[in-house]
Amino acid sequence: MTATATHAPPDPAVSGLVPSGQAPTGHTRTTKPGGGAVRARRWRRLAPYLQAAPLTVTLVLFLLIPILTILVVSFWDYDSVRVIPDFVLTNYTELLTSPVTWKTYLNTLKFAGLTWAITLVIGFTVAYFLAFHVQSTVWQMVLFLVCTIPFWTSNIIRMISWIPFLGRNGLLNSTLIAAGVIDQPLEFLLFSDFSVVLAYVHLNALFMVVPIFNSMMRIDRALVEAARDAGAKGWQVVWNVILPLSKPGIAIGSIFVVTLVMGDFITVRLMSGGQSASIGLMIANEISLLQYPAAAANAVILLAVVLLMVAAMLRVVDIRKEL
Amino acid sequence: MPSARRGLSFYLLAAFFGLFVLFLYGPTVTILVLSFQGPEGGLTFPMNGVSLHWFRNLFQQQAVGDFGGSFRRSLALGLVVMVLTVLFSLLAGFAFRRRFVGSNALFYLTVASLIVPSILVSLGIGLLFNILGLEPTWYGSAMGAHLTWTLPFGLLIVFAIFNRFNPAYEEAARDLGATPWQTVRHVVLPILLPSLIGVGMSGFTLSYDEFARTLMTAGSFNTLPLEIYGMTTNVTTPVLYALGSLTTVFSFTIIGVVLMTLAGLRRRRLGRTGGAA
Repeated sequence: MTATATHAPPDPAVSGLVPSGQAPTGHTRTTKPGGGAVRARRWRRLAPYLQAAPLTVTLVLFLLIPILTILVVSFWDYDSVRVIPDFVLTNYTELLTSPVTWKTYLNTLKFAGLTWAITLVIGFTVAYFLAFHVQSTVWQMVLFLVCTIPFWTSNIIRMISWIPFLGRNGLLNSTLIAAGVIDQPLEFLLFSDFSVVLAYVHLNALFMVVPIFNSMMRIDRALVEAARDAGAKGWQVVWNVILPLSKPGIAIGSIFVVTLVMGDFITVRLMSGGQSASIGLMIANEISLLQYPAAAANAVILLAVVLLMVAAMLRVVDIRKEL
Repeated sequence: MPSARRGLSFYLLAAFFGLFVLFLYGPTVTILVLSFQGPEGGLTFPMNGVSLHWFRNLFQQQAVGDFGGSFRRSLALGLVVMVLTVLFSLLAGFAFRRRFVGSNALFYLTVASLIVPSILVSLGIGLLFNILGLEPTWYGSAMGAHLTWTLPFGLLIVFAIFNRFNPAYEEAARDLGATPWQTVRHVVLPILLPSLIGVGMSGFTLSYDEFARTLMTAGSFNTLPLEIYGMTTNVTTPVLYALGSLTTVFSFTIIGVVLMTLAGLRRRRLGRTGGAA
Protein backbone atom coordinates (compact mmCIF):
# COMPACT_ATOMS: atom_id res chain seq x y z
CA MET A 1 0.00 0.00 0.00
CA THR A 2 2.56 2.52 1.09
CA ALA A 3 4.56 1.99 -2.06
CA THR A 4 1.69 3.14 -4.25
CA ALA A 5 0.88 6.02 -1.96
CA THR A 6 4.38 7.46 -2.21
CA HIS A 7 4.40 7.04 -5.97
CA ALA A 8 1.13 8.90 -6.37
CA PRO A 9 1.85 12.39 -7.63
CA PRO A 10 0.40 15.17 -5.49
CA ASP A 11 -2.23 16.08 -8.00
CA PRO A 12 -5.98 15.81 -7.56
CA ALA A 13 -6.19 14.29 -11.00
CA VAL A 14 -5.10 10.94 -9.64
CA SER A 15 -7.12 11.22 -6.48
CA GLY A 16 -9.11 8.28 -7.72
CA LEU A 17 -12.66 7.82 -8.72
CA VAL A 18 -14.40 11.09 -9.39
CA PRO A 19 -18.12 10.64 -9.98
CA SER A 20 -19.25 11.85 -13.38
CA GLY A 21 -21.18 14.67 -11.74
CA GLN A 22 -17.89 16.07 -10.50
CA ALA A 23 -16.13 15.92 -13.83
CA PRO A 24 -16.68 19.61 -14.68
CA THR A 25 -14.38 20.51 -11.77
CA GLY A 26 -11.48 19.34 -13.85
CA HIS A 27 -12.50 21.49 -16.80
CA THR A 28 -12.96 24.59 -14.67
CA ARG A 29 -9.52 24.15 -13.28
CA THR A 30 -7.87 24.51 -16.67
CA THR A 31 -9.70 27.76 -17.40
CA LYS A 32 -10.00 29.34 -13.97
CA PRO A 33 -7.15 28.04 -11.81
CA GLY A 34 -8.13 29.94 -8.64
CA GLY A 35 -11.52 28.65 -7.42
CA GLY A 36 -11.15 25.34 -9.20
CA ALA A 37 -7.91 24.53 -7.46
CA VAL A 38 -9.44 25.13 -4.06
CA ARG A 39 -12.38 22.95 -4.90
CA ALA A 40 -10.11 20.29 -6.31
CA ARG A 41 -8.01 20.33 -3.16
CA ARG A 42 -11.09 20.06 -1.00
CA TRP A 43 -12.32 17.18 -3.14
CA ARG A 44 -8.95 15.51 -2.87
CA ARG A 45 -9.14 15.61 0.90
CA LEU A 46 -12.74 14.43 0.97
CA ALA A 47 -12.56 11.75 -1.72
CA PRO A 48 -11.10 8.86 0.34
CA TYR A 49 -13.83 9.26 2.95
CA LEU A 50 -16.58 9.12 0.36
CA GLN A 51 -14.91 6.17 -1.33
CA ALA A 52 -14.52 4.25 1.91
CA ALA A 53 -18.05 5.10 3.10
CA PRO A 54 -20.01 2.20 1.54
CA LEU A 55 -17.61 -0.40 2.95
CA THR A 56 -17.54 1.30 6.35
CA VAL A 57 -21.31 1.66 6.58
CA THR A 58 -21.89 -1.97 5.58
CA LEU A 59 -19.40 -3.33 8.08
CA VAL A 60 -20.62 -1.09 10.89
CA LEU A 61 -24.27 -1.99 10.28
CA PHE A 62 -23.85 -5.70 9.70
CA LEU A 63 -20.76 -6.58 11.71
CA LEU A 64 -19.88 -4.08 14.41
CA ILE A 65 -23.36 -3.25 15.69
CA PRO A 66 -24.50 -6.92 15.60
CA ILE A 67 -21.41 -7.96 17.61
CA LEU A 68 -22.14 -5.18 20.13
CA THR A 69 -25.73 -6.41 20.24
CA ILE A 70 -24.48 -9.89 21.13
CA LEU A 71 -22.33 -8.36 23.87
CA VAL A 72 -25.33 -6.49 25.32
CA VAL A 73 -27.70 -9.44 25.08
CA SER A 74 -25.17 -11.71 26.78
CA PHE A 75 -25.97 -9.84 30.01
CA TRP A 76 -29.73 -10.18 29.59
CA ASP A 77 -31.97 -12.60 31.40
CA TYR A 78 -34.39 -15.07 29.83
CA ASP A 79 -37.02 -17.63 30.70
CA SER A 80 -38.65 -20.31 28.60
CA VAL A 81 -40.76 -17.87 26.57
CA ARG A 82 -38.96 -14.56 26.34
CA VAL A 83 -35.79 -12.55 26.67
CA ILE A 84 -35.66 -9.94 29.45
CA PRO A 85 -33.39 -6.86 29.23
CA ASP A 86 -31.32 -6.84 32.40
CA PHE A 87 -27.76 -6.90 33.65
CA VAL A 88 -26.97 -10.34 35.03
CA LEU A 89 -23.83 -12.45 34.92
CA THR A 90 -25.68 -15.75 35.17
CA ASN A 91 -25.20 -16.54 31.48
CA TYR A 92 -21.46 -16.40 31.93
CA THR A 93 -21.30 -18.15 35.30
CA GLU A 94 -23.54 -20.96 34.06
CA LEU A 95 -21.47 -21.31 30.94
CA LEU A 96 -18.08 -21.27 32.59
CA THR A 97 -18.98 -23.54 35.49
CA SER A 98 -20.55 -26.21 33.31
CA PRO A 99 -18.22 -29.14 32.56
CA VAL A 100 -20.02 -29.54 29.21
CA THR A 101 -18.59 -26.22 28.06
CA TRP A 102 -15.05 -27.21 28.88
CA LYS A 103 -15.45 -30.61 27.25
CA THR A 104 -16.89 -28.98 24.15
CA TYR A 105 -14.04 -26.47 23.99
CA LEU A 106 -11.56 -29.29 24.30
CA ASN A 107 -13.30 -31.13 21.49
CA THR A 108 -13.38 -28.04 19.27
CA LEU A 109 -9.69 -27.39 19.94
CA LYS A 110 -8.95 -31.00 19.10
CA PHE A 111 -10.74 -30.61 15.75
CA ALA A 112 -8.94 -27.33 15.06
CA GLY A 113 -5.54 -28.76 15.98
CA LEU A 114 -5.93 -31.92 13.90
CA THR A 115 -7.30 -30.04 10.91
CA TRP A 116 -4.55 -27.44 11.19
CA ALA A 117 -1.77 -30.04 11.28
CA ILE A 118 -3.16 -32.08 8.37
CA THR A 119 -3.99 -29.10 6.14
CA LEU A 120 -0.55 -27.62 6.88
CA VAL A 121 1.24 -30.75 5.66
CA ILE A 122 -1.02 -31.04 2.60
CA GLY A 123 -0.94 -27.31 1.87
CA PHE A 124 2.83 -27.06 2.13
CA THR A 125 3.46 -30.14 0.01
CA VAL A 126 1.00 -29.15 -2.71
CA ALA A 127 2.23 -25.55 -2.80
CA TYR A 128 5.85 -26.70 -2.86
CA PHE A 129 5.15 -29.02 -5.77
CA LEU A 130 3.36 -26.27 -7.71
CA ALA A 131 5.88 -23.53 -6.96
CA PHE A 132 9.16 -25.42 -7.28
CA HIS A 133 8.58 -28.55 -9.30
CA VAL A 134 6.13 -27.49 -12.02
CA GLN A 135 8.33 -25.70 -14.53
CA SER A 136 5.88 -24.23 -17.02
CA THR A 137 3.89 -21.22 -15.83
CA VAL A 138 0.88 -22.31 -17.85
CA TRP A 139 0.77 -25.68 -16.10
CA GLN A 140 1.36 -23.94 -12.81
CA MET A 141 -1.73 -21.80 -13.40
CA VAL A 142 -3.85 -24.70 -14.64
CA LEU A 143 -2.98 -26.95 -11.69
CA PHE A 144 -3.48 -24.08 -9.26
CA LEU A 145 -6.96 -23.49 -10.71
CA VAL A 146 -7.72 -27.21 -10.42
CA CYS A 147 -7.00 -26.90 -6.68
CA THR A 148 -9.07 -23.75 -6.21
CA ILE A 149 -12.23 -24.50 -8.21
CA PRO A 150 -13.93 -26.74 -5.59
CA PHE A 151 -13.73 -23.80 -3.18
CA TRP A 152 -16.30 -21.99 -5.30
CA THR A 153 -18.90 -24.73 -4.93
CA SER A 154 -21.29 -25.44 -2.09
CA ASN A 155 -19.74 -26.67 1.16
CA ILE A 156 -22.88 -28.51 2.17
CA ILE A 157 -22.91 -30.48 -1.04
CA ARG A 158 -19.24 -31.25 -0.70
CA MET A 159 -19.99 -32.69 2.72
CA ILE A 160 -22.98 -34.69 1.51
CA SER A 161 -20.87 -36.18 -1.24
CA TRP A 162 -18.83 -38.10 1.33
CA ILE A 163 -21.90 -40.14 2.34
CA PRO A 164 -21.89 -42.60 -0.58
CA PHE A 165 -18.16 -42.90 -0.15
CA LEU A 166 -17.87 -43.50 3.58
CA GLY A 167 -21.23 -45.02 4.49
CA ARG A 168 -21.76 -48.49 5.88
CA ASN A 169 -22.40 -49.80 2.36
CA GLY A 170 -20.28 -47.09 0.83
CA LEU A 171 -17.62 -47.26 -1.81
CA LEU A 172 -14.70 -47.54 0.59
CA ASN A 173 -16.20 -50.33 2.72
CA SER A 174 -17.31 -52.38 -0.27
CA THR A 175 -13.92 -51.97 -1.93
CA LEU A 176 -12.08 -53.03 1.22
CA ILE A 177 -14.40 -56.02 1.71
CA ALA A 178 -14.03 -57.03 -1.92
CA ALA A 179 -10.27 -56.77 -1.60
CA GLY A 180 -10.40 -58.97 1.46
CA VAL A 181 -8.80 -56.40 3.74
CA ILE A 182 -11.73 -56.43 6.17
CA ASP A 183 -14.78 -58.66 6.50
CA GLN A 184 -17.01 -56.30 8.47
CA PRO A 185 -17.81 -52.78 7.24
CA LEU A 186 -15.87 -50.16 9.20
CA GLU A 187 -18.33 -48.23 11.32
CA PHE A 188 -16.10 -45.33 12.21
CA LEU A 189 -15.88 -43.97 8.66
CA LEU A 190 -19.09 -41.96 8.65
CA PHE A 191 -20.78 -40.06 11.48
CA SER A 192 -17.71 -39.98 13.67
CA ASP A 193 -14.90 -37.64 14.65
CA PHE A 194 -12.97 -39.18 11.76
CA SER A 195 -15.48 -38.02 9.16
CA VAL A 196 -15.69 -34.58 10.79
CA VAL A 197 -11.94 -34.02 10.52
CA LEU A 198 -11.92 -35.50 7.01
CA ALA A 199 -14.58 -33.00 5.94
CA TYR A 200 -12.73 -30.11 7.59
CA VAL A 201 -9.56 -31.03 5.72
CA HIS A 202 -11.52 -31.44 2.49
CA LEU A 203 -13.22 -28.06 2.83
CA ASN A 204 -10.31 -26.01 4.19
CA ALA A 205 -7.09 -27.42 2.69
CA LEU A 206 -7.35 -24.77 0.00
CA PHE A 207 -6.99 -21.98 2.55
CA MET A 208 -3.52 -23.34 3.28
CA VAL A 209 -2.52 -24.06 -0.32
CA VAL A 210 -3.23 -20.57 -1.68
CA PRO A 211 -1.33 -18.35 0.82
CA ILE A 212 1.62 -20.75 1.07
CA PHE A 213 1.83 -20.94 -2.73
CA ASN A 214 1.70 -17.15 -2.82
CA SER A 215 4.59 -16.88 -0.33
CA MET A 216 6.64 -19.47 -2.18
CA MET A 217 6.25 -17.71 -5.51
CA ARG A 218 7.94 -14.67 -3.97
CA ILE A 219 11.02 -16.57 -2.84
CA ASP A 220 14.03 -15.49 -4.83
CA ARG A 221 15.14 -18.57 -6.77
CA ALA A 222 18.75 -17.44 -6.41
CA LEU A 223 18.53 -18.29 -2.70
CA VAL A 224 17.62 -21.87 -3.51
CA GLU A 225 20.47 -22.06 -5.97
CA ALA A 226 22.90 -20.54 -3.49
CA ALA A 227 21.91 -23.09 -0.87
CA ARG A 228 22.43 -25.86 -3.39
CA ASP A 229 25.81 -24.48 -4.44
CA ALA A 230 26.80 -24.36 -0.79
CA GLY A 231 26.16 -28.09 -0.69
CA ALA A 232 22.63 -28.30 0.79
CA LYS A 233 20.68 -31.43 -0.02
CA GLY A 234 17.12 -31.25 -1.35
CA TRP A 235 15.45 -31.63 2.04
CA GLN A 236 17.89 -29.17 3.61
CA VAL A 237 16.88 -26.54 1.07
CA VAL A 238 13.23 -27.17 1.93
CA TRP A 239 13.79 -27.13 5.67
CA ASN A 240 16.31 -24.29 5.98
CA VAL A 241 15.39 -21.99 3.10
CA ILE A 242 11.90 -22.55 1.76
CA LEU A 243 10.08 -23.31 5.01
CA PRO A 244 11.27 -20.19 6.89
CA LEU A 245 10.52 -17.99 3.89
CA SER A 246 7.01 -19.47 3.58
CA LYS A 247 6.13 -18.52 7.16
CA PRO A 248 3.87 -15.57 6.24
CA GLY A 249 1.79 -17.80 3.98
CA ILE A 250 1.66 -20.51 6.62
CA ALA A 251 0.49 -17.95 9.21
CA ILE A 252 -2.28 -16.60 6.97
CA GLY A 253 -3.41 -20.10 6.04
CA SER A 254 -3.40 -21.12 9.70
CA ILE A 255 -5.54 -18.12 10.65
CA PHE A 256 -8.11 -19.09 8.01
CA VAL A 257 -8.21 -22.77 8.91
CA VAL A 258 -8.25 -22.31 12.68
CA THR A 259 -10.93 -19.61 12.70
CA LEU A 260 -13.13 -21.52 10.25
CA VAL A 261 -12.96 -24.71 12.31
CA MET A 262 -13.37 -22.92 15.66
CA GLY A 263 -16.60 -21.25 14.53
CA ASP A 264 -18.05 -24.16 12.59
CA PHE A 265 -21.26 -25.93 13.50
CA ILE A 266 -22.62 -27.24 10.23
CA THR A 267 -19.80 -29.70 9.49
CA VAL A 268 -19.93 -31.16 12.97
CA ARG A 269 -23.69 -31.49 12.79
CA LEU A 270 -23.76 -33.11 9.34
CA MET A 271 -20.65 -35.27 9.50
CA SER A 272 -20.86 -36.51 13.10
CA GLY A 273 -24.54 -37.34 12.79
CA GLY A 274 -25.16 -35.63 16.13
CA GLN A 275 -22.52 -37.69 17.96
CA SER A 276 -19.96 -34.96 18.43
CA ALA A 277 -20.07 -31.37 19.55
CA SER A 278 -18.37 -28.05 18.92
CA ILE A 279 -18.79 -24.62 20.40
CA GLY A 280 -20.46 -23.39 17.22
CA LEU A 281 -22.94 -26.25 17.39
CA MET A 282 -23.58 -25.51 21.06
CA ILE A 283 -24.42 -21.91 20.12
CA ALA A 284 -26.61 -23.05 17.22
CA ASN A 285 -28.52 -25.38 19.57
CA GLU A 286 -29.05 -22.61 22.11
CA ILE A 287 -30.34 -20.40 19.30
CA SER A 288 -32.82 -23.03 18.17
CA LEU A 289 -34.04 -23.30 21.78
CA LEU A 290 -34.48 -19.49 21.76
CA GLN A 291 -32.00 -19.16 24.66
CA TYR A 292 -30.54 -16.07 23.06
CA PRO A 293 -28.70 -14.61 26.09
CA ALA A 294 -26.99 -17.97 26.74
CA ALA A 295 -26.04 -18.21 23.07
CA ALA A 296 -24.77 -14.62 23.19
CA ALA A 297 -22.55 -15.25 26.23
CA ASN A 298 -21.20 -18.36 24.56
CA ALA A 299 -20.55 -16.36 21.40
CA VAL A 300 -18.69 -13.62 23.29
CA ILE A 301 -16.35 -16.19 24.87
CA LEU A 302 -15.83 -17.91 21.52
CA LEU A 303 -15.00 -14.61 19.86
CA ALA A 304 -12.50 -13.80 22.61
CA VAL A 305 -10.83 -17.20 22.24
CA VAL A 306 -10.66 -16.91 18.44
CA LEU A 307 -9.25 -13.37 18.60
CA LEU A 308 -6.58 -14.49 21.08
CA MET A 309 -5.58 -17.33 18.79
CA VAL A 310 -5.43 -14.97 15.80
CA ALA A 311 -3.39 -12.41 17.75
CA ALA A 312 -0.91 -15.14 18.61
CA MET A 313 -0.60 -16.14 14.96
CA LEU A 314 -0.32 -12.53 13.82
CA ARG A 315 2.89 -12.22 15.77
CA VAL A 316 4.49 -14.25 13.01
CA VAL A 317 3.30 -12.08 10.14
CA ASP A 318 2.34 -8.55 9.19
CA ILE A 319 -0.62 -9.14 6.90
CA ARG A 320 -0.58 -5.69 5.37
CA LYS A 321 2.89 -6.41 4.01
CA GLU A 322 1.75 -9.64 2.45
CA LEU A 323 -0.84 -8.24 0.04
CA MET B 1 16.01 -23.35 -10.31
CA PRO B 2 15.78 -27.07 -9.69
CA SER B 3 17.53 -28.96 -12.41
CA ALA B 4 15.55 -29.78 -15.53
CA ARG B 5 15.87 -33.53 -15.09
CA ARG B 6 13.20 -34.86 -12.83
CA GLY B 7 14.30 -36.84 -9.86
CA LEU B 8 12.39 -39.25 -7.67
CA SER B 9 11.13 -36.37 -5.52
CA PHE B 10 9.28 -34.89 -8.51
CA TYR B 11 7.34 -38.10 -9.09
CA LEU B 12 6.57 -38.55 -5.41
CA LEU B 13 5.28 -35.00 -5.16
CA ALA B 14 3.33 -35.38 -8.41
CA ALA B 15 1.71 -38.52 -7.01
CA PHE B 16 0.83 -36.67 -3.80
CA PHE B 17 -0.66 -33.86 -5.85
CA GLY B 18 -2.67 -36.36 -7.90
CA LEU B 19 -4.06 -37.92 -4.73
CA PHE B 20 -4.96 -34.48 -3.42
CA VAL B 21 -6.89 -33.68 -6.59
CA LEU B 22 -8.63 -37.05 -6.35
CA PHE B 23 -9.50 -36.24 -2.74
CA LEU B 24 -10.91 -32.86 -3.83
CA TYR B 25 -12.99 -34.09 -6.75
CA GLY B 26 -13.65 -37.78 -6.00
CA PRO B 27 -16.68 -37.34 -3.75
CA THR B 28 -18.28 -34.81 -6.11
CA VAL B 29 -17.88 -37.22 -9.00
CA THR B 30 -19.46 -39.94 -6.87
CA ILE B 31 -22.65 -37.98 -6.31
CA LEU B 32 -22.72 -36.86 -9.95
CA VAL B 33 -22.80 -40.53 -10.94
CA LEU B 34 -25.27 -41.51 -8.22
CA SER B 35 -27.73 -38.78 -9.18
CA PHE B 36 -28.45 -40.84 -12.32
CA GLN B 37 -29.56 -43.74 -10.11
CA GLY B 38 -32.53 -45.75 -11.38
CA PRO B 39 -35.95 -45.12 -9.77
CA GLU B 40 -35.40 -48.03 -7.37
CA GLY B 41 -31.84 -47.05 -6.48
CA GLY B 42 -30.64 -45.88 -3.08
CA LEU B 43 -28.14 -43.44 -1.62
CA THR B 44 -25.14 -45.70 -2.20
CA PHE B 45 -23.72 -47.91 -4.88
CA PRO B 46 -24.47 -50.16 -6.68
CA MET B 47 -26.29 -48.30 -9.41
CA ASN B 48 -29.76 -49.72 -9.85
CA GLY B 49 -30.14 -48.84 -13.50
CA VAL B 50 -29.54 -45.45 -15.05
CA SER B 51 -32.25 -42.79 -15.29
CA LEU B 52 -33.14 -39.13 -15.05
CA HIS B 53 -35.83 -40.05 -12.54
CA TRP B 54 -34.38 -38.03 -9.66
CA PHE B 55 -33.86 -34.92 -11.73
CA ARG B 56 -37.49 -35.10 -12.87
CA ASN B 57 -38.49 -35.73 -9.28
CA LEU B 58 -36.63 -32.56 -8.27
CA PHE B 59 -38.73 -30.38 -10.55
CA GLN B 60 -42.04 -32.02 -9.63
CA GLN B 61 -42.19 -30.10 -6.38
CA GLN B 62 -43.48 -32.48 -3.78
CA ALA B 63 -41.87 -33.50 -0.51
CA VAL B 64 -38.71 -31.84 -1.74
CA GLY B 65 -39.89 -28.35 -0.96
CA ASP B 66 -39.56 -25.13 -2.85
CA PHE B 67 -36.46 -25.81 -4.89
CA GLY B 68 -37.29 -23.40 -7.74
CA GLY B 69 -38.12 -20.50 -5.45
CA SER B 70 -35.03 -20.93 -3.31
CA PHE B 71 -32.86 -21.17 -6.40
CA ARG B 72 -34.32 -17.91 -7.78
CA ARG B 73 -33.78 -16.18 -4.44
CA SER B 74 -30.17 -17.37 -4.17
CA LEU B 75 -29.51 -16.32 -7.74
CA ALA B 76 -30.96 -12.83 -7.25
CA LEU B 77 -29.19 -12.40 -3.92
CA GLY B 78 -25.90 -13.59 -5.40
CA LEU B 79 -26.15 -11.12 -8.27
CA VAL B 80 -26.91 -8.16 -5.99
CA VAL B 81 -24.11 -9.15 -3.60
CA MET B 82 -21.79 -9.49 -6.60
CA VAL B 83 -22.50 -5.98 -7.88
CA LEU B 84 -22.21 -4.41 -4.43
CA THR B 85 -19.01 -6.31 -3.65
CA VAL B 86 -17.32 -5.13 -6.84
CA LEU B 87 -18.49 -1.55 -6.36
CA PHE B 88 -17.76 -1.22 -2.64
CA SER B 89 -14.37 -2.94 -2.70
CA LEU B 90 -13.23 -1.00 -5.76
CA LEU B 91 -14.21 2.31 -4.16
CA ALA B 92 -12.56 1.34 -0.89
CA GLY B 93 -9.49 0.26 -2.84
CA PHE B 94 -9.23 3.77 -4.29
CA ALA B 95 -9.63 5.24 -0.80
CA PHE B 96 -6.84 3.08 0.62
CA ARG B 97 -4.38 4.40 -1.99
CA ARG B 98 -4.29 7.64 -0.05
CA ARG B 99 -4.01 8.38 3.63
CA PHE B 100 -7.20 9.04 5.53
CA VAL B 101 -8.11 9.16 9.19
CA GLY B 102 -9.33 5.76 10.33
CA SER B 103 -7.86 3.81 7.44
CA ASN B 104 -6.14 1.42 9.83
CA ALA B 105 -9.31 0.90 11.83
CA LEU B 106 -11.27 0.21 8.65
CA PHE B 107 -8.62 -2.23 7.47
CA TYR B 108 -8.74 -4.18 10.71
CA LEU B 109 -12.54 -4.11 10.75
CA THR B 110 -12.50 -5.67 7.31
CA VAL B 111 -10.04 -8.36 8.38
CA ALA B 112 -12.12 -8.96 11.50
CA SER B 113 -15.05 -9.62 9.20
CA LEU B 114 -13.18 -12.67 7.89
CA ILE B 115 -12.18 -13.88 11.32
CA VAL B 116 -15.44 -13.52 13.24
CA PRO B 117 -17.19 -16.91 13.10
CA SER B 118 -20.13 -16.89 10.70
CA ILE B 119 -22.59 -17.98 13.34
CA LEU B 120 -21.82 -14.81 15.32
CA VAL B 121 -22.71 -12.63 12.36
CA SER B 122 -25.90 -14.61 11.93
CA LEU B 123 -26.80 -14.43 15.63
CA GLY B 124 -25.87 -10.75 15.93
CA ILE B 125 -27.92 -9.60 12.96
CA GLY B 126 -30.79 -11.85 14.00
CA LEU B 127 -30.79 -10.38 17.52
CA LEU B 128 -30.44 -6.82 16.25
CA PHE B 129 -33.42 -7.15 13.91
CA ASN B 130 -35.37 -8.87 16.67
CA ILE B 131 -34.71 -6.04 19.13
CA LEU B 132 -35.49 -3.34 16.57
CA GLY B 133 -38.70 -5.15 15.70
CA LEU B 134 -37.65 -5.59 12.07
CA GLU B 135 -38.49 -8.63 9.99
CA PRO B 136 -35.33 -10.37 8.70
CA THR B 137 -35.50 -10.93 4.95
CA TRP B 138 -33.24 -12.70 2.47
CA TYR B 139 -32.84 -9.50 0.44
CA GLY B 140 -32.20 -7.27 3.50
CA SER B 141 -30.55 -8.78 6.55
CA ALA B 142 -29.19 -11.82 4.70
CA MET B 143 -27.70 -9.58 2.03
CA GLY B 144 -25.89 -7.57 4.70
CA ALA B 145 -24.68 -10.77 6.32
CA HIS B 146 -23.34 -12.03 2.99
CA LEU B 147 -21.54 -8.74 2.35
CA THR B 148 -19.61 -9.15 5.61
CA TRP B 149 -18.17 -12.32 4.05
CA THR B 150 -17.68 -11.21 0.42
CA LEU B 151 -16.35 -7.67 1.00
CA PRO B 152 -13.13 -8.71 2.79
CA PHE B 153 -12.28 -11.07 -0.07
CA GLY B 154 -13.11 -8.36 -2.58
CA LEU B 155 -11.02 -5.76 -0.79
CA LEU B 156 -8.03 -8.08 -0.42
CA ILE B 157 -8.13 -8.84 -4.15
CA VAL B 158 -8.39 -5.12 -4.98
CA PHE B 159 -5.45 -4.42 -2.64
CA ALA B 160 -3.39 -7.02 -4.42
CA ILE B 161 -4.21 -5.41 -7.79
CA PHE B 162 -3.36 -1.88 -6.72
CA ASN B 163 -0.05 -3.06 -5.27
CA ARG B 164 0.96 -4.30 -8.71
CA PHE B 165 -0.57 -1.30 -10.48
CA ASN B 166 1.88 1.02 -12.22
CA PRO B 167 0.91 4.67 -11.54
CA ALA B 168 2.83 5.69 -14.67
CA TYR B 169 -0.27 4.86 -16.72
CA GLU B 170 -2.32 7.39 -14.78
CA GLU B 171 0.42 10.00 -15.05
CA ALA B 172 0.63 9.45 -18.78
CA ALA B 173 -3.13 9.88 -19.14
CA ARG B 174 -3.02 13.06 -17.09
CA ASP B 175 -0.10 14.43 -19.08
CA LEU B 176 -2.14 13.86 -22.22
CA GLY B 177 -4.88 16.04 -20.74
CA ALA B 178 -7.35 13.47 -19.43
CA THR B 179 -9.71 14.58 -16.68
CA PRO B 180 -9.72 12.49 -13.48
CA TRP B 181 -12.90 10.77 -14.57
CA GLN B 182 -11.49 10.04 -18.02
CA THR B 183 -8.34 8.61 -16.44
CA VAL B 184 -10.38 6.24 -14.34
CA ARG B 185 -12.83 5.36 -17.09
CA HIS B 186 -10.38 4.82 -19.96
CA VAL B 187 -7.14 3.86 -18.21
CA VAL B 188 -7.60 2.51 -14.71
CA LEU B 189 -10.80 0.48 -15.12
CA PRO B 190 -9.72 -1.35 -18.29
CA ILE B 191 -6.49 -2.38 -16.58
CA LEU B 192 -8.39 -3.55 -13.51
CA LEU B 193 -11.19 -5.26 -15.44
CA PRO B 194 -9.94 -8.88 -15.29
CA SER B 195 -9.39 -8.68 -11.55
CA LEU B 196 -12.78 -7.03 -11.06
CA ILE B 197 -14.39 -9.94 -12.87
CA GLY B 198 -12.58 -12.16 -10.36
CA VAL B 199 -13.95 -10.08 -7.47
CA GLY B 200 -17.43 -10.36 -8.96
CA MET B 201 -17.19 -14.12 -9.29
CA SER B 202 -15.98 -14.54 -5.73
CA GLY B 203 -18.81 -12.28 -4.53
CA PHE B 204 -21.43 -14.27 -6.40
CA THR B 205 -20.27 -17.77 -5.56
CA LEU B 206 -19.53 -17.02 -1.91
CA SER B 207 -23.03 -15.59 -1.50
CA TYR B 208 -24.70 -18.31 -3.58
CA ASP B 209 -23.23 -21.01 -1.32
CA GLU B 210 -23.35 -19.25 2.04
CA PHE B 211 -25.14 -21.15 4.74
CA ALA B 212 -24.12 -20.15 8.27
CA ARG B 213 -24.55 -16.41 7.75
CA THR B 214 -27.96 -16.94 6.20
CA LEU B 215 -29.31 -19.20 8.92
CA MET B 216 -30.78 -16.54 11.22
CA THR B 217 -30.97 -13.72 8.73
CA ALA B 218 -33.03 -15.06 5.82
CA GLY B 219 -36.43 -14.68 7.47
CA SER B 220 -39.34 -16.81 6.27
CA PHE B 221 -38.07 -17.70 2.80
CA ASN B 222 -35.22 -20.13 2.27
CA THR B 223 -32.20 -19.58 0.08
CA LEU B 224 -30.84 -22.60 -1.78
CA PRO B 225 -28.21 -23.68 0.81
CA LEU B 226 -30.85 -23.53 3.55
CA GLU B 227 -33.15 -25.62 1.37
CA ILE B 228 -30.42 -28.17 0.70
CA TYR B 229 -29.58 -28.31 4.37
CA GLY B 230 -33.24 -28.93 5.17
CA MET B 231 -33.23 -31.75 2.65
CA THR B 232 -30.25 -33.47 4.25
CA THR B 233 -32.24 -34.06 7.40
CA ASN B 234 -35.44 -35.37 5.87
CA VAL B 235 -34.76 -36.61 2.36
CA THR B 236 -33.26 -40.05 1.99
CA THR B 237 -33.45 -40.55 -1.77
CA PRO B 238 -30.97 -39.70 -4.54
CA VAL B 239 -33.04 -36.57 -5.25
CA LEU B 240 -30.60 -34.96 -2.82
CA TYR B 241 -27.73 -35.90 -5.12
CA ALA B 242 -29.64 -34.65 -8.14
CA LEU B 243 -29.94 -31.25 -6.50
CA GLY B 244 -26.30 -31.37 -5.44
CA SER B 245 -25.18 -32.26 -8.96
CA LEU B 246 -27.32 -29.56 -10.50
CA THR B 247 -26.00 -26.75 -8.29
CA THR B 248 -22.42 -28.00 -8.64
CA VAL B 249 -22.77 -28.04 -12.44
CA PHE B 250 -24.25 -24.55 -12.20
CA SER B 251 -21.24 -23.33 -10.16
CA PHE B 252 -18.79 -25.00 -12.54
CA THR B 253 -20.54 -23.35 -15.50
CA ILE B 254 -20.17 -19.91 -13.93
CA ILE B 255 -16.50 -20.51 -13.11
CA GLY B 256 -15.94 -21.82 -16.64
CA VAL B 257 -17.58 -18.78 -18.25
CA VAL B 258 -15.54 -16.43 -16.05
CA LEU B 259 -12.26 -18.21 -16.80
CA MET B 260 -13.00 -18.18 -20.52
CA THR B 261 -13.87 -14.49 -20.42
CA LEU B 262 -10.60 -13.79 -18.63
CA ALA B 263 -8.62 -15.85 -21.13
CA GLY B 264 -10.38 -13.99 -23.96
CA LEU B 265 -9.54 -10.60 -22.43
CA ARG B 266 -5.93 -11.63 -22.03
CA ARG B 267 -5.66 -12.81 -25.60
CA ARG B 268 -7.22 -9.58 -26.90
CA ARG B 269 -4.81 -7.51 -24.86
CA LEU B 270 -1.82 -9.54 -26.02
CA GLY B 271 -3.02 -9.21 -29.60
CA ARG B 272 -3.34 -5.45 -29.30
CA THR B 273 0.14 -4.94 -27.91
CA GLY B 274 1.64 -7.36 -30.40
CA GLY B 275 2.45 -9.87 -27.69
CA ALA B 276 4.78 -7.42 -25.97
CA ALA B 277 2.88 -7.62 -22.70
